[in-house]
Amino acid sequence: MATTEKPFVGTPRKVTEHLTQNEKLSFEISSPGKKAYKLPPLDVPEVDPSELLGEAARENTGTLPELSEIEIIRHFTRLSTWNYAIDLGMYPLGSCTMKYNPRVNELVSRLEGIAEAHPYQPESLSQGSLQIVKLLQDCLIEITGMDTITLQPAAGAHGEFTGILLARAYHNSKGNPRKNIIIPDSAHGTNPATAAVCGYQVINLKSNAQGGIDVAALEQLVNEDTAALMLTNPSTIGVFENQIHKIADILHAKGALLYMDGANMNALCGKTRPGDFGVDVMHLNLHKTFSTPHGGGGPGSGPVACKKILEPFLPIPVVEEGSDGQLHWNYDRPESVGRVRAFYGNFGMFVRALAYTLANGPDGLRQTTEDAVLNANYLRKKLEDVYDLPYNTPSMHEVVFSDRRQVKNGIKTGDLAKRLIDYGFHPYTTSFPLIVPGALMIEPTESESREELDLFVDAMRQIAREAEENPELILNAPHSTRVSRLDETTAARKPVLRWKGHPASTPLTPDNSPAKEW
Amino acid sequence: MRYLPKSPAERTEMLREIGASTIDDLFSTIPEEYRLSRDLNIPRQMGESEIVDHFKDAAAHNAAGYASFLGAGVYRHYRPVIIDSLVQRGEFLTSYTPYQAEITQGTLQAIFEFQTMICELTGMDIANASMYDGSTGAAEAAMMAVRVTGCDAIIVARTVHPEYREVMETYAQHQGHSASEVGYGPDGRIDLAALEAAVTDKTAGVLVQSPNFFGVVEDIPAIAEIVHKKGALLIVSIAEAVSLGIVRPPVEADIVSLEAQSFGVAPSYGGPFCGVLAAKEKYLRQMPGRLVGETKDKDGRRGFVLTLSTREQHIRREKATSNICTNQALVALMATIFMTVYGKEGIKDLAVQNLAKAHYAAKTLSENGKLLFAASPRFNEFVLETGEAPEQFNARLLDNKIIGGVPLRKWYPELGNATLWCATELTTKEQIDQAATVLAEAPVAASAK
Repeated sequence: MATTEKPFVGTPRKVTEHLTQNEKLSFEISSPGKKAYKLPPLDVPEVDPSELLGEAARENTGTLPELSEIEIIRHFTRLSTWNYAIDLGMYPLGSCTMKYNPRVNELVSRLEGIAEAHPYQPESLSQGSLQIVKLLQDCLIEITGMDTITLQPAAGAHGEFTGILLARAYHNSKGNPRKNIIIPDSAHGTNPATAAVCGYQVINLKSNAQGGIDVAALEQLVNEDTAALMLTNPSTIGVFENQIHKIADILHAKGALLYMDGANMNALCGKTRPGDFGVDVMHLNLHKTFSTPHGGGGPGSGPVACKKILEPFLPIPVVEEGSDGQLHWNYDRPESVGRVRAFYGNFGMFVRALAYTLANGPDGLRQTTEDAVLNANYLRKKLEDVYDLPYNTPSMHEVVFSDRRQVKNGIKTGDLAKRLIDYGFHPYTTSFPLIVPGALMIEPTESESREELDLFVDAMRQIAREAEENPELILNAPHSTRVSRLDETTAARKPVLRWKGHPASTPLTPDNSPAKEW
Repeated sequence: MRYLPKSPAERTEMLREIGASTIDDLFSTIPEEYRLSRDLNIPRQMGESEIVDHFKDAAAHNAAGYASFLGAGVYRHYRPVIIDSLVQRGEFLTSYTPYQAEITQGTLQAIFEFQTMICELTGMDIANASMYDGSTGAAEAAMMAVRVTGCDAIIVARTVHPEYREVMETYAQHQGHSASEVGYGPDGRIDLAALEAAVTDKTAGVLVQSPNFFGVVEDIPAIAEIVHKKGALLIVSIAEAVSLGIVRPPVEADIVSLEAQSFGVAPSYGGPFCGVLAAKEKYLRQMPGRLVGETKDKDGRRGFVLTLSTREQHIRREKATSNICTNQALVALMATIFMTVYGKEGIKDLAVQNLAKAHYAAKTLSENGKLLFAASPRFNEFVLETGEAPEQFNARLLDNKIIGGVPLRKWYPELGNATLWCATELTTKEQIDQAATVLAEAPVAASAK
């Protein structure tokens, strides 16, 4: 490059910089005596806490902020504006299925009879809740092609835990729990962590040259000690395991079970069913495939669907229809693995997932899946000439590139991701799956219009050019955010995990420095 | 389908650009015999108004317009309006786990405030960003005690929520932990002598709940002394978070497992709720779940990040402190807003109202029965023993649009007809008096027995 030439600086077309409000911690704007609450007058005699509680009475409630209602509204509204969100634009995190979260879901989950339902109110006064549970169960059983289901697990990893407990109980009933779980090296970290929590040894299975299950290697590993294979299908590189029936046969021949991590179910709904292709037990993520909001990290919900052979072991309680036509919880299940959560699970998420299912119907779910796969393949086609595609097997709902071409200029996947922020997008998933060095894992979901996809393609292509011509720009990205790259090393080395100080607002001191130019 | 932002023409054009002739070309890797060639057998696509009607109908088949004395791990407290206004902002609702700190400072700062307030209320040094709920939090706390001590025996008080104990048992069974229970004395508190006899130098941790399942506040300092003498950890589970406004925090504990549902979260038939673990600082490296820490950017500006993730599954895989990934972030935000609304004074005022209502309810209702564990300190729940079977008076209460106490026989057969009642700031004197009147209408034969 000639020295007179200016290095390439891309032009974000999706965003314009604008002001956001500064906001301190709530403790730092607190003043004693301010209140945001008003309790009604007490209609029963007053009590003396120290008399009732004795030494168990609390003297001091510690450091909590004292603010008025308007300040709290502004505080959290200002904080909210510092977040990126699906409601603002494409959120292409691979494996996370960041799709639109329909607002009718929120409305119906807040209906009084639903939101105020207490888990211990009589079953005769809980029929509405039980009908929601039953209908969602029936829909999910049909969608997965399995025989039965529990909605109790609170999230995907909790579902894995429950599913592997079912496998364990099944093997136990046959004589012994077996010793190990086989997990491909492309799996989510929750899979091996789950196997360990369930008391199993993890056996790592190396992926084949296409990033899929190495069937020959699997055949060698599976024996009478194998409890299950935990398989993600489509895999974490977004590829359908087309040898799936063979994989299932290998396991079943040795009495082992096929567990499917349903994280990528958004590629399958209405097009194929795990129960039909040999899966024995699987979890779903209602916060991925079934549109319940991620909420900044949760709540999730991780139902576990399974075949009849595992039905006796389902967590208690299970919903059943009585001879009176009423729905009941059945706790009398002697072979159950026990209870994995208090009450019945994240019920509020069942309501939302059911609302989503009803809004879609069979045709909508199929179209959703088709659009999700169409979008991923469209991105692949539009980007494969500038980003390295480590596996050229056909993609389903997500596509995984690598930073191999950009790394020559010192630019890694994490850097490309940070630069994407300046273009108005949330980054894709970086550095996962582990089988792809420098992975860029992109899952657009069905919720993106062609216009949004084209803007993403435009941004990714400009960034690829910046990587060639102006790597410094990328290495220092993002440039447009409230804070630049944060010092994670110090955060971990000298952890500051809570605020320590004296709660008080401080008066603003006059700024006598020279006027700033805009 | 109204959620899908594509016209039929755009789909066709995109397929053409990909080089596919039909959409099914993109599904060709699915072996033909497994392709679904029919519609799923689920209800047809509904209009939005039909969806609303569907759930209104379901809601109408649940209790509506009933006064309720139910607690037992799920509490009815008033939820300030602004909680829902704020958490329904799309920037909170539809954001992911804040791995990309530069564009998730809002969620990160809110979690940092949550961690701080939880520490203040529980008397612990550190708190995580949330767990699924109180039951799984208790199980994770027990596993944490095992990792910290290298011992494998866990002791649980029988006064801990029965469903929490069941969950703990499920978690413990395949990890080689031995779990045993210690009963309660006539005061409704853990039997200290039995505890002393049970704790050995092989004990990893002792888990008690306070206020316990009977609503009784446990003697935490005395329990701590027994537990710590043998080098075990004390874990205190708190199911009713509002109690922290007036009940002394368990500062002697090593780990506190809190269920924060009471902080602005709807009962919602049992979830989603918000567990959280808090602990002494020295146990930081064994803490499960996400943690937010303060740091600076390269220009020296304060910012927040997820930190110490080398404890977690996405880095450590099978050697992680837990398999937890997704937590209850949005519910934790609800709790954060609740704690900010009530603040330093309000949380106490609220707790005192609960104390007063429950005291009045216990006094009034026990005119028709016997208040068990009457001499022990309680928060907003109490156990009532009646001559009449709970099924009978509860049926009568239902006829009067009142949901009475939870029968305890199922979990504590030795308590016979005892029921667990709860009164919060939302319970009115009128409701309490009415319930007492209905209780007093016991058939002569039953009350004479």
